[in-house]
Amino acid sequence: MPREGILVDRPYERLTREQVELIHQVSMQILTDPGLISFNREAVDILHGHGAAVESIAGDHQSWQVKIPEQLILNALDNAPKTVKLGARNPDNTLILHGDEPRVYFITGSETNIWLDVDFPTYVNKADPTREIRVPEFKPRRGTVDDLCQSAHVCEHLEMVDGYIRTVNIQDRDIIEDNKDVNKFFASLNNNTKHFMSGLTSLKQLDNVVRMAELIVGGKKALEENPIISFITCLVKSPLQFVDDTTATFIEVCRRGLPVAVSSSPQAGTTAPIKEAGIMAQINAEVLAGITLGQLVKPGTPVLYGSVPVRARMDTLSDSYGSVETSQYNIGCAQMARFYGIPNYSTSGVCDTKIPGQQSSIERLFSDIVVAMSGPQYLHCAFGLLDCNSVFCLLQAVLDDAHFKMIKFFLRQPRIDQPEMEAALKQIRAVVTTPQKLYISYIRPVLRSGEISGIYPFEGSGEKDDVFELAYEQMKDLLARPVEHIDRETTARIFEEIPGLLPRLNVYERGS
Amino acid sequence: MQEDVISLIKENVIQGRITKGDEGMDEGMVGQPGVTELVEQALASGVHIRDIITKGLSGGMNVVGQKFEAGEYFIPDMLASAEAVGATMQILQPRLATSGIKPKGTIVVATVKDDLHDIGKNIVSILLRGAGYIVKDLGNNIDAQVIVDAVREEKPQFLGLSALLTSTMARMADVIKMLEENGLREQVKVIVGGAPVSEEFAKSIGADGYGADGFQAVAVVEALASDTES
Repeated sequence: MPREGILVDRPYERLTREQVELIHQVSMQILTDPGLISFNREAVDILHGHGAAVESIAGDHQSWQVKIPEQLILNALDNAPKTVKLGARNPDNTLILHGDEPRVYFITGSETNIWLDVDFPTYVNKADPTREIRVPEFKPRRGTVDDLCQSAHVCEHLEMVDGYIRTVNIQDRDIIEDNKDVNKFFASLNNNTKHFMSGLTSLKQLDNVVRMAELIVGGKKALEENPIISFITCLVKSPLQFVDDTTATFIEVCRRGLPVAVSSSPQAGTTAPIKEAGIMAQINAEVLAGITLGQLVKPGTPVLYGSVPVRARMDTLSDSYGSVETSQYNIGCAQMARFYGIPNYSTSGVCDTKIPGQQSSIERLFSDIVVAMSGPQYLHCAFGLLDCNSVFCLLQAVLDDAHFKMIKFFLRQPRIDQPEMEAALKQIRAVVTTPQKLYISYIRPVLRSGEISGIYPFEGSGEKDDVFELAYEQMKDLLARPVEHIDRETTARIFEEIPGLLPRLNVYERGS
Repeated sequence: MQEDVISLIKENVIQGRITKGDEGMDEGMVGQPGVTELVEQALASGVHIRDIITKGLSGGMNVVGQKFEAGEYFIPDMLASAEAVGATMQILQPRLATSGIKPKGTIVVATVKDDLHDIGKNIVSILLRGAGYIVKDLGNNIDAQVIVDAVREEKPQFLGLSALLTSTMARMADVIKMLEENGLREQVKVIVGGAPVSEEFAKSIGADGYGADGFQAVAVVEALASDTES
C-alpha cells in the first residue's frame, strides 16, 4: 500500500482556465522566439534532430540558440507519463503521483550548506538572580555526512514526511567531488526507508548510485519496478538557458529511465520578469523545454514538472522565499502542471529568516498552507529549511512536522452526508431534552478515531513558551529510536562494489 | 462472586458506562451490563453498599484520575465516568441512611442572576456527583433570593456560584451579602468559579473557595470538607 498523502478534494486555483491557456500559448511563443540558449551540445543535437531550429552563438562559451517547435513540445507532453511511481526501501512508503489528482505528499529538501545546531544556555536575571530562563541559541556550521545521517534518521520518524530529499550538503574533509554522491546516497538510504531524491554532484557517479540502489532492491529490474531513488536536475538556468553539466546529467538519468524532476528556479525581478504574467510564462517555457528534451532522450521517462519560482528581495536582490508572490507563482505552477497532467514538484515552507522563531513560523506556515491547498503532488522544501535554502535545522524540521499535521488535517474532505446528518439530528434531539444540555458524552466515540485534531504538541505550561525546548526533546527522542538500516549482507556488497564510501558509514563494521 | 461484581462495577466506572447500551473505551462492550445494572445486581445479591461505593465506585474513579493525570484519559472520559458514578449514587441514595453511610455532603449550585452560561456549572455538577456528593442544581439566571432560600431549605454544606460575565460576577457578592443578612453565612461554605473569576476576586467578596476549573472545584470542596471534619 502506498502512502496516502492528502487528497485535496477541491484545490485552490488562482488562475482561470483562460489564464492557464494564455500562459501555455505564450510559453510556446517563447520557445520558438527567442527559444533557449543551450550550453550543452548533446541537447542541441537531440532537439535539432527532431526539428528544432539551431543556430550557433558567437562568444567565449560554446552555445546555441534553439527554437523548439510547438508540435515537438505537445508530442513530448503526450509521451510524458501522467502517473509517476516513486518507490521506497519500505514498500509502504511508496508514492504514487497522478498528474491529474491533487494528492499532496510532503517532502524534505533542499541541499543546504549550513547545519544549524541548537543549544539552551541558562540566563540569570540581573535584577533578580533567583530568576533564570533557558534561551535557545542557534549555531551555524558546515554540514557533514553525520548530519545527513541524523537528518535522514529523524525524517524517517517524522510522521508527515512522505519522502526524503537530502537536506544538507556534506562538506567533511574526506568528502571530495568523486565520492560525494555515493556517500550522500548511502547516508540517506541507510537511515531512511522513504523515497529518496537527490541531485548529482558528478555525472561520473551516476552509475555507482544507480548500482547501489539496484543492490538494495535486488537488481536492475527490481529497481525499475521499485525506483527507490529519483533525481532532481536544474538543467535550466533562468532565463531560458540549458546549463552544460546539469543538462548532461539530465540526459543520462533519462537514458536510465529513472524518475527525474525537471526543475527551474527563476527569480522574479532579476532572472525573470517581476510581474506574475512574465515569470509564469517563462518558468512554464523552461520546464516544458526540459520535459521535451527528456522525452526525446527516452520517450516515457517519468518526469516531474519542477517549479521553484521565487521573487527577488528588493533590498538585496537575493531570493525571497518568504514573499507572498513566491507562493502565488507556486500555486500557478501547480495549476499549469495539472493542465498538462504531469505531477508537480512544488515548493513551500522556505523562509527568509536565518533561525527558527516567529518570522520563520509565519513565513513557512503561510506558504505551506496556501501552496498545499493548490494540490501539488510532490511538495518539497517543506521541512527544516531556513535562510532561503541555505540553512537546515533539524529542530525546525520537527516543528514543521507539527505544522503539516495541522495542514493535513485541515485539508481533509468534509464529512457532511445523509448518514452524518441523521446521526447529528438524533444527537441534537436527544441532548436538548436533557437537563444539562451538553454533547460531551458524544465526544467519546470519536475521541480516539482520528476525527478530532490534536492540540499543538509543543504547548508550554502556564504562561511559559516552551515550544523550542519541547521540540528539542522530541528531536532527541526520535534520534534515540532505531532505524531500519540496510541489512548486513547488502551493506557488505555495497561497500565491496561501490568505490569511495566512507568506512565510518558502515554501521556493521563500527559495531553500532 | 461478590468480589466479581464489585470489580465489574469498578471496571465499568473506568469505562464510563452507565447502562448496557453504552459504548465504553474498549470495543465490544455494548450489550454487557453497565454500572447501574451491575449495582442493582450487587444489591440483589447482598453486597454491602459500603463496598459498592468504596471498592467499586471510588476505586474506579481513582483509576480514572490516574489515567487522566497520565494523559491517557481526556475530560470527556472523566465526565463519562463521573456521570456513571452520579447515576449510581442516585440509585443508592435512598438506601444510604439505612445502611449507616453518611453522604459526603450536599452542594447547591447555581449560575447567578442575568447570566445564562451554565456549561461550567454543569460540568462541575457532574464531577461533584462523580465524587459522591449530592448536588442540587438550581440552574442559570438565578435570583439571589432563590439561592438563599435553597440554602435555608436544603441546608447544604456547600454553595457553588458560577458566572461567566464580568457584568454578572458581582452578583456573587450580592448572594454572600444576603446569606449574611439572613443569618445563613456560617452554615455554608461558598465556592465561586467562572471565566472572569479569580482567587483574588473570591477573597474580596468573602467566598470560602475558588475553583479555576471543574477539577479544582472538586478539590476545593474536598479540602473544605476535610477542614470542616477536622
